[in-house]
Amino acid sequence: MSIKPVSLKPISLKPMPLKPMSITLKIFALLVAAALVVPYVPGIIYPIFVMKVMCYGLFACAFNLLLGFTGLVSFAHAAFLGSAGYVTGALMIRFGTHPLGTVTAFTLGVLASALVGLAIGGLAVRRRGIYFAMITLALSQIVYFLAVQFRWTGGEDGLQGIPRGNLFGLLDLSSDTAMYYVTLVLFSIGFLFVYRVVHSPFGQILQAVRENEPRATSLGYDTDRFRLAAFVLSATVAGYAGAMKALVFQLVSLNDVSLHTSTEVVLMTLLGGLGTMFGPLVGATLVVGLQNYLATIGDLVTVVIGLIFIVCVSFFRRGVVGEYLEWRRRRAQRALPAREPATAPSPSHAP
Amino acid sequence: MSDFALVTSGLTKTFGGFTAVKNVDLKVRRHTIHALIGPNGAGKTTFFNLLTKFHKPTAGSIVFESTDITAESPAATARRGLVRSFQISATFPHLTVKDNVRVALQRKLGTQYHFWKSSRSLDVLDDAAMRLLADVGLADAAAINAADLSYGRKRTLEIATTLALDPPFMLLDEPTQGMAIDDVDRIKKLIKRVAVGRTVLMVEHNMSVVADISDTITVLQRGEILAEGPYAQVSNDPAVKAAYLGGGHA
Repeated sequence: MSIKPVSLKPISLKPMPLKPMSITLKIFALLVAAALVVPYVPGIIYPIFVMKVMCYGLFACAFNLLLGFTGLVSFAHAAFLGSAGYVTGALMIRFGTHPLGTVTAFTLGVLASALVGLAIGGLAVRRRGIYFAMITLALSQIVYFLAVQFRWTGGEDGLQGIPRGNLFGLLDLSSDTAMYYVTLVLFSIGFLFVYRVVHSPFGQILQAVRENEPRATSLGYDTDRFRLAAFVLSATVAGYAGAMKALVFQLVSLNDVSLHTSTEVVLMTLLGGLGTMFGPLVGATLVVGLQNYLATIGDLVTVVIGLIFIVCVSFFRRGVVGEYLEWRRRRAQRALPAREPATAPSPSHAP
Repeated sequence: MSDFALVTSGLTKTFGGFTAVKNVDLKVRRHTIHALIGPNGAGKTTFFNLLTKFHKPTAGSIVFESTDITAESPAATARRGLVRSFQISATFPHLTVKDNVRVALQRKLGTQYHFWKSSRSLDVLDDAAMRLLADVGLADAAAINAADLSYGRKRTLEIATTLALDPPFMLLDEPTQGMAIDDVDRIKKLIKRVAVGRTVLMVEHNMSVVADISDTITVLQRGEILAEGPYAQVSNDPAVKAAYLGGGHA
């Protein structure tokens, strides 16, 4: 007869089978809920402004997917934003009234940016560091040159008065409110897509490649292929933001494919917090907000943003969200009794 | 099938005018621990980099389990089961100890490009990861970042990560370098234990480790094989003594 004695050991705390929603998704749900009421309070905040923030915020999220989570600096992101915008815009001008026009133009625009991403990434991905960045810069200048030369891009004029069309002949998008909610839905899908990529089996390997490339190789992972896949995904999301932007503002200009836009997205991402989910959104809000509300001082906006950037890289290098997370991490560590006293603080911890 | 897991013939690597590895014919017998020793600059690490394809050989060939792998990519060679560790500690510093092992285990799932799946799909690997960590004595550190481990435990984690691939052939580059005595002893026992059913080729400076656990020793000097055999034989070889102590003592 053998009866197992009841174990008196404390039960190990295993994670619950259904994990609660992550804190990131909760905050995002709150943001979306707040965004839902914006069209009803135009006196407080302009819906157009929020749409602009959503477009640039997603653009910065795409950039962050590459720099923050893969460790690649790209100066080609305007090429993706712009090429999707041009393709979407040009198709809308021709087929905008068709019930499937908007959906098709949007999809083909995104596809175009993915292809441009594949071409640029395919050439750049074998190089590292500054050489990688310079190749992306050179190739994006070619895209700029093509945008000036082609007829269908409108050259110096860009594409003006792009019709927004409609969704399946059911929802007319020419009204700003309809467009606002469609933009909110598209933005949410884009953001959740980036979140999923970061928190996926693929994202896990990306992180490993960023942390220690030779080790990832020695474990049998073709690191160049991971870089390229990340590059194309990032280009695709940037293009998605570009196609959104073309529909929202009904114009695509050379500025969208210019180096200026490529550097602006670096600024947004660093200001908000590299390698964090919300950093790019905060950074985009700051930059777009300053541009909008300081529009009266004209070109001086650039100086103000430049000064803010200098303050950022001098005093809070992790960006707004990054510094906040670091502050919380340190507070949590101080609250705990030191379990591993030998632990040295890691100098450049990016969550 | 021959008795040898790995055979190199005439393996040579030159950097500019300098020959780091010169015409090396090495045979590693299957399921043995084979040590590669030699003074600093003898070409041991370069030789390792050639075997794992981190360098391209200038001449010669590498045959692993009867397949010529000389022209293969490093990742493909790793997938074949020829897995290396590094001289400097090679962990993923900002991943937890458990995730470090899980990254290696993940390859078996074949989902490494699945960007649309939730990372919770990797939780099925947790048990295997914890078993490996318990096996090497790191279970208590599973949740902390690899960067926060002590040096000796980082090297242990490296071995656990390599073991996660269950490789038939392990290449260990100075596994006990820079370790305290206690750690050296632990790693030595660990290598001995995990080498059962595997082939191990290691570069090692610590003679007590080499003497205690290796079946065969190859001595390299200036990129060439100087002597080869079991410890007792190699340690009494006059040429080896000369290489280590200087010509005057031979």
